[in-house]
Amino acid sequence: MKKVYVNEDWCLACHLCEYYCAAANSGAANMVAAFRNGKKPVSRIQVEEGDKVNFAVQCRHCDGKPCVRGCIAGALSIVDGVVCCDENKCVGCGTCVLSCPFGCVVFDEANHRIQKCDLCLKNHDGEPACVQGCPNKAIVFEER
Amino acid sequence: MPVNYMNPLFEVVRDHDKCIKCRVCERQCANEVHKYDAELDRMVSDEMTCVDCQRCVCLCPVNALKIRPNENRFRDNANWNQQIMTEIYKQADSGGVLLSAMGTPKEYPVYWDKILLNASQVTNPPIDPLREPMETKTFLGKKSQAISYDENGKAHYEKTPYLELDVPIMFSAMSFGSISKNAHESLARAATELGTYYNTGEGGLHEDFYKYGKNTICQVASGRFGVFKGYLDAGAAIEIKMGQGAKPGIGGHLPGMKINDEISKTRMIPKGTDAISPAPHHDIYSIEDLRQLVFSLKEATNWEKPVIVKIAAVHNVAAIASGVARSGADIIAIDGFRGGTGAAPTRIRDNVGIPIELALASVDSRLRDEGIRNDVSIVVGGSIRSAADVVKAVALGADACYIATAALLSMGCHLCRSCNTGKCNWGIATQRADLVKRLNPEVASKRLVNLVTAWNHEIKEMMGGMGINSIEALRGNRLMLRGVGLNPKELEILGIQHAGE
Repeated sequence: MKKVYVNEDWCLACHLCEYYCAAANSGAANMVAAFRNGKKPVSRIQVEEGDKVNFAVQCRHCDGKPCVRGCIAGALSIVDGVVCCDENKCVGCGTCVLSCPFGCVVFDEANHRIQKCDLCLKNHDGEPACVQGCPNKAIVFEER
Repeated sequence: MPVNYMNPLFEVVRDHDKCIKCRVCERQCANEVHKYDAELDRMVSDEMTCVDCQRCVCLCPVNALKIRPNENRFRDNANWNQQIMTEIYKQADSGGVLLSAMGTPKEYPVYWDKILLNASQVTNPPIDPLREPMETKTFLGKKSQAISYDENGKAHYEKTPYLELDVPIMFSAMSFGSISKNAHESLARAATELGTYYNTGEGGLHEDFYKYGKNTICQVASGRFGVFKGYLDAGAAIEIKMGQGAKPGIGGHLPGMKINDEISKTRMIPKGTDAISPAPHHDIYSIEDLRQLVFSLKEATNWEKPVIVKIAAVHNVAAIASGVARSGADIIAIDGFRGGTGAAPTRIRDNVGIPIELALASVDSRLRDEGIRNDVSIVVGGSIRSAADVVKAVALGADACYIATAALLSMGCHLCRSCNTGKCNWGIATQRADLVKRLNPEVASKRLVNLVTAWNHEIKEMMGGMGINSIEALRGNRLMLRGVGLNPKELEILGIQHAGE
């Protein structure tokens, strides 16, 4: 199954992936509209910065799927290997945030629910937004 | 500084209606032009250090940025223009020689743009390169003057080492030091994929790149950086650099701050020391001396590799090239005065040398007149900007072209001409680890391959239009060229007729 992978050798910590992700999943028509009037849509990918190493972190859609097992509301499910979240069912308990070993689940304070990468299934145009927006091909969408 | 005599060269125009304050511009600017002001909740700019490299413009996800020339002017004066005034203020501040990078931006005549190509009509049919075979394969090196056959019909001719190029385009010399390791790797990978060659420049060959040796030209310059047996053996050819188009008569100077561990190891000089290439080769003061080095290098590499001698296009270039041809070199590379550089004194870059078009025409004519044209191949460089320039160069007599500025552009360079600062925002002309990272060789080599592949298609189209199906038949075919707006002397030197003739 194709997944999003990050090569830290090429990650510049420019944070563009976060903005492309947030805009793509905000439902707004474009990037400007997504952030208009001080709105801050949540990004499902987060760049971790270090002294020498930077990399973007997003859901691995890992085999153990502790988030799905831990979800108290049945909001998280696996669709063709992709861990998806049903926004209407999520109660914002944060169990998945705690249980994710990679720190990939993001809490959306404004809407009191979680946000997580679903490989842009809902706004799909070939490649996830973070992959398309990476200026240095540090984020790739491929079979491994 | 209490009084700043100089204006910022550019102004940053930000559309605050569009700006989403993502701060990408701030993170990507090594010159620290952009800043987020938390109090104002707004991006602000300090334009004084902006070099117009366009990195922020290209990465801005909402196209909110424009970099424009500063509208503020010193009082207009056709003689003492803005640039001249700025340079005087700069020198009055620093007391130093002005440094510049890349090719001269001055408005000198570009003869490529005053030469037009022929096309077939009615009596000699054009060829469609998409339907019929079209050959751009090029061999560089000495061509045998005669073939004889023995009684068994076996051909005998002089065999000398040569280079085989799938396209008549090579990447010219850019040293590791002047450009980053990733830029070097991109060039090496692209040359390998394209079946052509890239040139190490004078900075030696990084140990990771020996695997690209088949497609590498190893340069030996006056500083002799990184030259040892393994280096000479690694490449497909050896180039002796006598001069560089951007700075004829001048050596090189890579400041110590750029000599990090890897460059120090590759160049074989202590870390942190300035790498100074002398203006002359201290062992070459005559054609005989040059001949000695050519033969020394051939001996050192078991006579298996062609030797290129690179000279800058200067006033007596034809006579110099004639001497070089007689020195035993297999290939002469001529670099025109519009060629690029990582750093050169501004006055040299902008005032020394001659246009490559005129140099090429006069060298080719001279070598033909003297009957030694087949002893050497001619490679020209120094601002070859498009496939049309390549076709015109070949028709004027070149065997192949060297491209470097065009190659850098394809990798992302925006010709901000600030390579000498070492803060290249595109990760090309820098050694700062965080900036070098910005050039992913996987992306850059692909772009290089795309560029040369596209040019090769265009070369075939233009040749096809002329009814020529092999680059060999175009070589030195000046009847395919006509000048426009050139005076009789220029036409005479170029060896072409005026349009309409």
